[in-house]
Amino acid sequence: MLLQFDKDGIYCEQAGIYIDPWKPVDRAVITHAHSDHARWGSKSYLAHHDSKNILKYRLGEDINLETLAYNEAIIINGVKISLHPAGHIVGSAQVRLEYQGEVWVASGDYKVMPDGITTPFEPVPCHHFITESTFGLPIYNFPNADTLNTDLKNWCLKNQIAGKSSVVIGYSLGKAQRILNSINELNMPVILHGAIYNTNQALGLNNERYIRYAARIKKTLNEPVIVVAPPSAIGSPWLRQFEPYELGVCSGWMQLRGARRRRNADMGFVMSDHADWNGLNEAVLATGAENIYVTHGYKSIYAKWLTDHYGLNAVAVDTLFEGETLEQQDIETTREEEASA
Amino acid sequence: MKAFTDLYYELDATTKTTPKVEALTNYFLHTKPEDSIWAIALLVGNRPKRPIKTSDLKLWSAALANVSEWLFDDSYSVVGDLAETITLLINSKSENVSEVSLNELMREFEGFSKLNDDEKKEVVLEYWKKLSPRELYIFNKLITGAFRVGVSKLLVFKALAKAYDIDEKVIAHRFIGNWKPTNTLLTDLLKEDEFSDSTSRPYPFCLAYALDFDLQDLGKVNDWQIERKYDGIRGQIIVRNKQLFVWSRGEELLTDKFPEFEELIEFLPAGTVIDGEILPIVEGDIKSFNQMQKRTTRKALTKKILQDIPLKMVCYDLLEKDGKDLRDLPLEERRRLLEEIVTNSKAFNSSLILAPLLSCDAWENLNALRNEAKSVGCEGLMLKRKDSNYETGRKRGKWWKWKVDPYSIDAVLIYAQSGHGRRANLFTDYTFAVWDGDVLVPFTKAYSGLTDKEIFEVDAWVKKNTIEKFGPVRSVTPHWVFEIAFEGINESPRHKSGIALRFPRISRWRKDKPLSEANTKQDLLNLLHANT
Repeated sequence: MLLQFDKDGIYCEQAGIYIDPWKPVDRAVITHAHSDHARWGSKSYLAHHDSKNILKYRLGEDINLETLAYNEAIIINGVKISLHPAGHIVGSAQVRLEYQGEVWVASGDYKVMPDGITTPFEPVPCHHFITESTFGLPIYNFPNADTLNTDLKNWCLKNQIAGKSSVVIGYSLGKAQRILNSINELNMPVILHGAIYNTNQALGLNNERYIRYAARIKKTLNEPVIVVAPPSAIGSPWLRQFEPYELGVCSGWMQLRGARRRRNADMGFVMSDHADWNGLNEAVLATGAENIYVTHGYKSIYAKWLTDHYGLNAVAVDTLFEGETLEQQDIETTREEEASA
Repeated sequence: MKAFTDLYYELDATTKTTPKVEALTNYFLHTKPEDSIWAIALLVGNRPKRPIKTSDLKLWSAALANVSEWLFDDSYSVVGDLAETITLLINSKSENVSEVSLNELMREFEGFSKLNDDEKKEVVLEYWKKLSPRELYIFNKLITGAFRVGVSKLLVFKALAKAYDIDEKVIAHRFIGNWKPTNTLLTDLLKEDEFSDSTSRPYPFCLAYALDFDLQDLGKVNDWQIERKYDGIRGQIIVRNKQLFVWSRGEELLTDKFPEFEELIEFLPAGTVIDGEILPIVEGDIKSFNQMQKRTTRKALTKKILQDIPLKMVCYDLLEKDGKDLRDLPLEERRRLLEEIVTNSKAFNSSLILAPLLSCDAWENLNALRNEAKSVGCEGLMLKRKDSNYETGRKRGKWWKWKVDPYSIDAVLIYAQSGHGRRANLFTDYTFAVWDGDVLVPFTKAYSGLTDKEIFEVDAWVKKNTIEKFGPVRSVTPHWVFEIAFEGINESPRHKSGIALRFPRISRWRKDKPLSEANTKQDLLNLLHANT
């Protein structure tokens, strides 16, 4: 086996590299900069060009980081390694490894539907495909980016007319930038949580349009505003100054009524950076792979589905970090926020 | 159906009563009476039976969504709600607004009993394919017989009263009892001047809140009528037109279950309605609720059981005399009339007894009376203002219940299971154990009592400390001690522990208590023996 799942991560012995290791290793290939994939302490890192600044911001300026463009390959001890768009967040990549005619692809996190700002997902033909399964149940069917943009804008406008501010919740890396992209054109002041402001800066985005959060900032504005903040802000005193406001939460989990209610969301936007049910199936089939390794999410259910329905040789694989799960979204602070706070 | 769907989402979007009443009033003002009557039935929980087997719905929707049955089941266990699962799986892209009215749809469901499975399937699939996601969800809620939304009857009646400009109390009265949307016309129900044709109709029960402040704040003790609070079946006995009706508080007609009251047709004057508590009483002693359940859950009432567990009505209020509604008279006056009717009846001390009034000269002495109540099989006291009218439903101010403190026991959390609906995917249903030597033996489940914040905390803890999964149930590392409060304890051969608790709930999370200090099985047995 070219790739193995061991106690430190996904390991390629031939090349001496780990993909998204959860412990410090000599050589790490990073699919994307979310903190359950990009861990601190490895001696060297390989990632996509667009992940450079954000990785340095999160893991430290002095990390030993080499970057590649999509489809650009390097060869380590006979293993050809290249990165391919995963469509998850900026700089996210699938890792393709080829050795003696056998091709493996580790998807990291991915989404198939274009979001308008991330380089869209490209299927990569292979023999062995490692897929995530965060939303690997047929109940998850996400709306497209245009629908979401329209819904989000209309909701903010409706709140504005009612004299209320709109608080929009999404992870600071990925989701927040999509939210901003939707609402930029609205004629309302936009206030950013510090974590999002800093993440924007690290991504090299222009923050001129936005106001960084400060105590009593709302008083100086005297009109309904849009606030964009990570999930940890829900229910915190941080939001009090924006009363009266409506709370909108952007997450794939918002597909479920129970999740919406537990977050006390006035409105749930089913916006996700992961593939939905059809997206997963489409992606898996497009690789043409016979052997599928399912990680992160409803892995045993999804592996069983792939075996039963498509006759693929699919197995569930344990990983240390389970990524986002429905259960976990109830636990208030997420690692992602801790890392970017 | 469109209007009803909109109403549902409006009601669901807020927890405040004013906008809820507004939405309802608006609905009633703009909806045809034949649709409104269904909406009322659905909102007050008078909903028809599920017209179709859930296993069929499951099968058809799984096939439509191209998923296997096991995958349907796995999806359902994540969503926690059948109607929502089906809706999500079907994943409708339709933006249609349905043309079917609520009345037409519900009548179509009623007609399902005459269709064979294929015909039913055809109808259901047609709806599934054409409805938009919002309407699809409501459709599935209706067809799974699980429609529910957060409004009380009182709010529905308030809105109806506004929309039709009729007194709220009158509305509440007209909608009590066993009316059915299939054979009731809203217009008839609302235009009735007299209730002569509705012989069986009970009055809405007046309910009390638990006393949650100092007795002293109730004012003068002399202004209050003090009764014991009984632990039986709250009921209304109605004698009108030579007929007898016995209603429970849950608006169930229980006449047939209580043959001992048949004599009242002869022994009470026509046009009499008495409010009281139905209890098993043998030689003046009130028997346990357990005995009562033995009696009420029995299908066939044998001579033996009627003899062993005879029931009586402990009367405490008179709502109608000579066919006249007395609810606006002061309690003191109603009580006087009640005593007159009951003591003059041949049923006095046979099937009817009078609830004794307790006398108390100062609030300080009331606690002793309350504690005494327990020793005579009661659960505390009722305090009713002597000048109070008979209210509709639960109102604060005039009637209070003051229950004896519950029993309590410290127990260890050992299993957790996720809830349904609002509590789906959250571990909210717990099983608790006590020590038996060095083994923990489960003895009760408890659902309610924790705050939302505590539920999240327990939930997160359960997820991290699961030992084993058995289907939806998880066993967890014994670690946390909770105080469980309950109203009674009885022997029960059906339970592993041999005991059954009445109304168990979590009263406190004892984070301060180490595992070893939880109570023992012996402690429970001691309570049981002290109790019997």
